[in-house]
Amino acid sequence: MMNSNRAKIRWGFILFFIPVFLWLFLLFVLPHLELLRMSFLGTDYYGKSGFTLDNYAAFFKEPVYWLTFVRTAGYSIIITLIVLIIALPVAFYITKVVGVRAKGLLTLIIIVPFWVSVLIRVYGWMIILRESGIINQILVGIGLWKVPKEMLYTDASLIVALVHTNLLFMLLPIIGVMDSLDDSLIEAASNLGATKLIIWWKIIIPHCMTGIMSGSIIVFMLVAGSYITPSLMGGKNSLWFTQQIYNQFIIAFNWNQGAAFGFLLLFISSIIVWLSLKITGQRLSEVVK
Amino acid sequence: MEIDLSVKEATKRFGNFEAVAGVSFEVEKGKFFSILGPSGCGKTTLLRMIAGFYDLSSGKIEIRGKDMAGVEPNKRPVKLVFQHLALFPMMNVRENIAFGLKRRGEKGKEVYRKVEHMLERVGLPGFGNKTINQLSGGQMQRVAIARCLILEPVVLLLDEPLGALDLKLREHMKVELKKLQAQVGTTFVYITHDQSEAMIMSDYVAVMNRGKFEQIDTPQNLYHHPGSSFVAQFVGDNNKFVGKLEKNASGEYFVSLEDGLRVLVGNVSGHAVGERVEMFIRPEAIIINPEANIKNMSILNVVIKAILFDGGNSRLLVVIDGSTKELILILPQNYPWNIKAKDKIRIGWDPKRSVCFKSAGVKTYDEL
Repeated sequence: MMNSNRAKIRWGFILFFIPVFLWLFLLFVLPHLELLRMSFLGTDYYGKSGFTLDNYAAFFKEPVYWLTFVRTAGYSIIITLIVLIIALPVAFYITKVVGVRAKGLLTLIIIVPFWVSVLIRVYGWMIILRESGIINQILVGIGLWKVPKEMLYTDASLIVALVHTNLLFMLLPIIGVMDSLDDSLIEAASNLGATKLIIWWKIIIPHCMTGIMSGSIIVFMLVAGSYITPSLMGGKNSLWFTQQIYNQFIIAFNWNQGAAFGFLLLFISSIIVWLSLKITGQRLSEVVK
Repeated sequence: MEIDLSVKEATKRFGNFEAVAGVSFEVEKGKFFSILGPSGCGKTTLLRMIAGFYDLSSGKIEIRGKDMAGVEPNKRPVKLVFQHLALFPMMNVRENIAFGLKRRGEKGKEVYRKVEHMLERVGLPGFGNKTINQLSGGQMQRVAIARCLILEPVVLLLDEPLGALDLKLREHMKVELKKLQAQVGTTFVYITHDQSEAMIMSDYVAVMNRGKFEQIDTPQNLYHHPGSSFVAQFVGDNNKFVGKLEKNASGEYFVSLEDGLRVLVGNVSGHAVGERVEMFIRPEAIIINPEANIKNMSILNVVIKAILFDGGNSRLLVVIDGSTKELILILPQNYPWNIKAKDKIRIGWDPKRSVCFKSAGVKTYDEL
């Protein structure tokens, strides 16, 4: 009796698991394995292909490659921090300050712009910031500036756009955990003599740490792996590492080199995420819940 | 006599609703003062005003003679034990208790020593490194109190802290709290809806209803000499008769009930004949089958509806014969056990032990 029951459960499980497995295996695992194999292949002087570590070595030998990577990782961390600093007070306002009805409305206002594609939002920023854009027209119109200034294609404009396009992915997990923070903890801390800053540092942020970390991981990975925004807004001098990968695949047609870069991006980003989890004392299993 | 807490005409309005309507009281140093009232009577609002979480709409709150208007909650010498304790789950027991000391800028060994001392005082030695979710309800209670007491507040406010505990533990903690208060000598202001908590622990109890204090008195006086119909109903069990006050030819006063019954009533000063009154008699004042030759007794014939057995607190639920009016009375321990439901018995009481108020139409939970 028990055995047949158990067998039934297993069949049901397999039935539902097969599509998931096929999806993951055929569209995710297999292509990645193939790319991984490719990243270790190279052709020698005679055009013969064979195993090599040159593709990975190139990353460390050519300063332009690893400098681009350092730039990308560094800016990704800065952008993640900026997004976090903006998201914390906004989440606090939505969950603790306004009433229940305003809370729904505000959350909707934050989510609605994200129904529009990233591309459209980036074009939006270009309309606002470009030389003939809205800000320039207003400032020149009221006579503050004599001639319009180009604000696009700089690191600053790139950061503004990446912060905006990724804010939601930080806000939602933080709103989720902040909602569960008992207001009386804040009052108790205040009653025991804590200032507002201490309450943030000792009560609110520790409570929200899982949400902060899951939001940070998502934002960091999205920013480090973003392609459209840097290529449209970054200009010639602010190359993103994804553009290096693109260049290898599409322009240089060196798939082996591109695959190696792709894996380096995945690997080093994962290390940064792992390190940040270690530093903040969080466990991945808690954070992804 | 030093006054630790003085509240003068404190009022709090939320829109048109007056949650606290002109409450005044003073608490002497070292006293256990309770505010007793049904839920929604404004007692939590009053407490939050003292703690500084709400501003007063009008009135004044002074702590040791210092006006608290405009003083932030984190600068007040009052500490609050929250209803659900509000221990910080991200810290262990030691960090919870040390939290206030560290905010004052105290550091190192001294903090550690004080925390250990406080843990011993509340009966939790060696609990410093435990996390909050390792503690039982009663232990969390003590940590919450220790966290406040370590700061040596002028007044400790407690917002129904026993509400979440199970019955046995609650009974135990009542006694514990009373002992702890006597030991540390801090002024306690305790709010509760449980009259037994208030009666057992307090030196003085204020009974609150609809934003106002009905009576401030010792537990004994509240019970034996209630100042209003509400107090008579809310503090302890009581039997209530509503009717018109009448006087017979021999000068005795009666309350005549709706179904033609008449109940002898003792103390009627301040009431006019013909007035609608509420008369109360305590269950323990009623005697079962009194001897017929006792003079001046209110006698009623009743039918036993149920015997509510509860050990030493066993009671009888009876219905007046020929009426639907129910009464409860204490079933004495030594009473013969041959009585049973549907028996007809006589009951009586000394009219002097009843109290009388002008009918106010106030209802408590048990009448709803």
